[in-house]
Amino acid sequence: MKILVCVKRVPFTGGKMVLNADGTALETRHLGFTISPHEECGVEEAVRIIEAVGGESVVLTLGPPDAVEQLRDAMSLGIDRALHLQTDAGEWDGQATAGAIVGAIHADEEASGPFDLILFGNESADAGGYQVGLRVARALGRPCATGLKGVKVDGSSVRCEQDTGAGRDVYVLPLPAVITVREGLNLPRYPSVPGRMRAARKPMTTLNRPARPEPRLELVRLAVPGGAGRKTQRLGTGSAAAPAVVEMMRTIGVV
Amino acid sequence: MPGLPKHARAVVIGSGIVGNSVAYHLARLGWRDLVLLDKGPLPNPGGSTGHASNFIYLVDHSKEMTALTVESVRQYQELEVFTQSGGIEVARTHERMQELTRRLASGRSWGIEPTSLVSPAEIKQLVPYINETILLGGFYTPGVGVVDSLRAGTLMRERAVSSGALHVSANTEVIGLEVKQRRISCVRTTGGDIETDCVVVACGVWSPRVGRMAGADIPLTPAVHQMIDVGPVPQFASAKSDIEFPIVRDMDTNMYERQAGGDLEIGSYAHRPILYDPEDLPSVAQAALSPTEFPFTQADFQPQMEHALELMPEIVGNERVGVKYAINGILSLTPDGMPVLGESSDVHGLWSAAAVWVKEGPGTGKTLAEWMVHGESEIDVHASDAARFHEHQKTRKHVRSRAAEGFNKTYGIVHPNEQWATNRNVRLAPFHERERELQAFFFEAAGWERPMWYESNASLLDEFGDQVTRRTSEWESRWWSPIINAEHLAMRERAGIFDLSAFTIFDITGPGALTSVQSVTLRQMDVPVGRNVYTPVLSPAGGFKSDLTIMRLGEDHFRVVTGGASGMSDKKWFRDHLPADGSAQLQDLTSSMTTIGLWGPRARDILSAATAHDVSNDGFKFGTCHSIDVGTVRVLASRISYVGDLGWELYVPMEQGLLLWDSLWEAGRPHGLAACGIGVYGTTGRLEKCYRAHGNELETEYNVVEAGMSAPRVKAEDFVGKEAHLRHRVEDPAAILCTLTVDDHTSKSGEKRYMLGREPILTPDGKRIVDRKGRGSYVTSAGAGPSVGKHVLMAYLPPERASTGEKLEVEYMGERYPVAVAVVGSTPLFDPENLRVKA
Repeated sequence: MKILVCVKRVPFTGGKMVLNADGTALETRHLGFTISPHEECGVEEAVRIIEAVGGESVVLTLGPPDAVEQLRDAMSLGIDRALHLQTDAGEWDGQATAGAIVGAIHADEEASGPFDLILFGNESADAGGYQVGLRVARALGRPCATGLKGVKVDGSSVRCEQDTGAGRDVYVLPLPAVITVREGLNLPRYPSVPGRMRAARKPMTTLNRPARPEPRLELVRLAVPGGAGRKTQRLGTGSAAAPAVVEMMRTIGVV
Repeated sequence: MPGLPKHARAVVIGSGIVGNSVAYHLARLGWRDLVLLDKGPLPNPGGSTGHASNFIYLVDHSKEMTALTVESVRQYQELEVFTQSGGIEVARTHERMQELTRRLASGRSWGIEPTSLVSPAEIKQLVPYINETILLGGFYTPGVGVVDSLRAGTLMRERAVSSGALHVSANTEVIGLEVKQRRISCVRTTGGDIETDCVVVACGVWSPRVGRMAGADIPLTPAVHQMIDVGPVPQFASAKSDIEFPIVRDMDTNMYERQAGGDLEIGSYAHRPILYDPEDLPSVAQAALSPTEFPFTQADFQPQMEHALELMPEIVGNERVGVKYAINGILSLTPDGMPVLGESSDVHGLWSAAAVWVKEGPGTGKTLAEWMVHGESEIDVHASDAARFHEHQKTRKHVRSRAAEGFNKTYGIVHPNEQWATNRNVRLAPFHERERELQAFFFEAAGWERPMWYESNASLLDEFGDQVTRRTSEWESRWWSPIINAEHLAMRERAGIFDLSAFTIFDITGPGALTSVQSVTLRQMDVPVGRNVYTPVLSPAGGFKSDLTIMRLGEDHFRVVTGGASGMSDKKWFRDHLPADGSAQLQDLTSSMTTIGLWGPRARDILSAATAHDVSNDGFKFGTCHSIDVGTVRVLASRISYVGDLGWELYVPMEQGLLLWDSLWEAGRPHGLAACGIGVYGTTGRLEKCYRAHGNELETEYNVVEAGMSAPRVKAEDFVGKEAHLRHRVEDPAAILCTLTVDDHTSKSGEKRYMLGREPILTPDGKRIVDRKGRGSYVTSAGAGPSVGKHVLMAYLPPERASTGEKLEVEYMGERYPVAVAVVGSTPLFDPENLRVKA
């Protein structure tokens, strides 16, 4: 089996979001970078499937040179090799991203055979466009299921489970297929030290500056919504605080 | 929550381990109306304490750091937050094994017991998951342990609060410090203003930013220390506490590995230095983890992972043990590796308690509080004095270049005489070019480039032949040359010229000058104009704050000359003791005057050839100073000597230094004048004469009587430390400073070895020697005595050991060598009657 998982480098934000001077991006001077929790589950699922049935797992990202860090992270968890569509700075909209990824998929499939399964996170942690997985599936003409909390590969098909609130919808897609997954699908592992060291030696293919089509989505300005950020409300101290705690639990709906 | 007080006796800014500790000890010592602020939440406001690895190794080569650490452990134990685990520094190389014998010796010198060298098999027994096959041995300290520094801080804070002395305000940021007439007057915060004349900056990596609000420099830089946490470790699955196995320091790879509950923590000082500016730190709200936990940079840690895997393959190589947490933790580094403690020399009432790590936190808190309340601390912290920095040492470039250079020496094998490589050539003597022509090998002192010896003097080696001891061991030959001893002999036989530009020089002038100078000196300063006086400067408890020379140049004019290392601290001390009425002023002349030393039996012949002035013994007596003309240079000549020979210190305006050098060189040539490095001045010449040095023999821990420096009478005038000194004069000294010589230098391998200083002095059966005040005997200074044909050591010994001929031992590099007491007290080994200096 050959599996592709696509990830996006995004800032690892603190409590308070700070924008850059012209309000077009997050100020990332103090921030580290990561991938979204959905994508972490996608990586973990890809590793688990290959561990179970054998084959090859590949991680792909479209992003700046520094996104190598996220590819190595994925490989340290067990992904076999990486494809890096290296971009200059600047936001790519969903359509452009999907286009570039489809090009890379075609190239890789020509060289080393088709991907049986392509995984995406349900949406990116920063733009949240919910676009790329669907667009790639459509362009490749493959079946697609989204927002999955359960994935099971069974021979030539994949069983997909989607939370509905009241229960789960189940889809069985023939392979090859494209799926997008959600946090909670599995519990991603920590990288081991040997995994980290192996990751440094695993193959990384850099595809320089894929052609970027004229953006059809323009980022005008970002704004941090009021009330964002970590907030602490002191409910009291000692046993006297208990009624307030219970009241708060009711308010947020946990009791 | 009640609002902030409007007034406070003192405001402590920063509630990490240091701030909590300072506040607690101030309260313990009786101060009330204290306020403790932090811009972050409690109990973990987000500074370096919050992510510290929290383990404490006891032995450091620095006496001062060891003392602060030992005191800290005492407090952590008292607070019941200390878990003893033991610790092993392991060696992968032969060079490191030799270094571990040095660490063992330092442990003995500072009284850390027990300690031992252990074999790879013994290490394996203590740490079953270690790969002992790559190790040659280790240095085991059972007393090493781990603390809960957040809890310790919380307990200290709560104690101070419950005593009613302290008000605590978290989430309160300092936005300004007001200064009036060089004195702190007000702390402005997001919660309101607090009037106070005493502020403690205990802000860790933020300290420079807070100090700057008052116009004061706190020279440190935030820097990265990488740390990862891996787990769950099957070997620790049944762990009942945070730590049950010894902490391992993998010295050769600059790393450590410690159990942390069910996990293993791996830390590194091996990566490239990663420095930030205090302004780079994010706010509490903005930080993803905490403001001092920066995103991990994996690439910097890659080699360290391999090293950890080599050492602990069973854990680190386990595929099921994951990297759960990895940070670039931010900590403080200073340009010389020491903390920044004490009152600012820029602003009165502004105290710094910065660049302090968890291992020395509570000890530092106690020390600073004592200093603030009593005017001095029990532990001598002169090497950490916030006032020690010369101007150039406060610049961003200096701080960053030295911090970067020092970072990778954290676990390094640092030779006691090792010189810094970065940011050199920042202060040059006016005759620097001449020194280069003579192929000087430069050491640095307070930024000044000082010749240690001159390679061009290699020909003297032939001249003095066997009188010059050669060293074969690489360690003792490092940062040393036999030429030093040859220069010494040339000076003793003919004359030497010395670059003394690194002196710190300041004048005290005005109607109140005499009273002011008297108030800080042991010796009588009301001497005739034209006299120079060498004097100890005492601490309130009668220990040595400093020692220096003062020339009386006029009724109301005194010139103070002191060493570069202690110069800035001394200047602050004198300035702090100027009369309040403004009747005396201090003027720093360090960069206006340069000094040349001229000593040796031919010094008079040389000087008289260069001047028309009468420099005969009658015309220019020992202990006097006055102006003479050397050509067109008007020179302040002072007849005094730190090398024990006839001669002068010659003070001239900086721009005429070169002219004077050339004139003396010209006049000296027929007399065989040799340029002599500071190796002669600071070590060989000094030690033969048993002259004491500040920071070596002279520390606040020892008093004048013990140092053998009491005069027959004590002046009538009052001075700092007088009461204590009078008391010391009538009690039996607990120790006496002695000069020892080494009887046999031959090691087991047959090579001759030469001690460099700080080694323990032991009884003939190898036991530590401890005086009745609990102070161990160690070598305060060591060096060659070429004219006496001996290697000379100085050490304080209890009276029962302090008798001439007493046979003792010194431990050096894991072996013991026989030594004997040559002199008790201050009688010189060479020329005991001082005929030469008074010739």
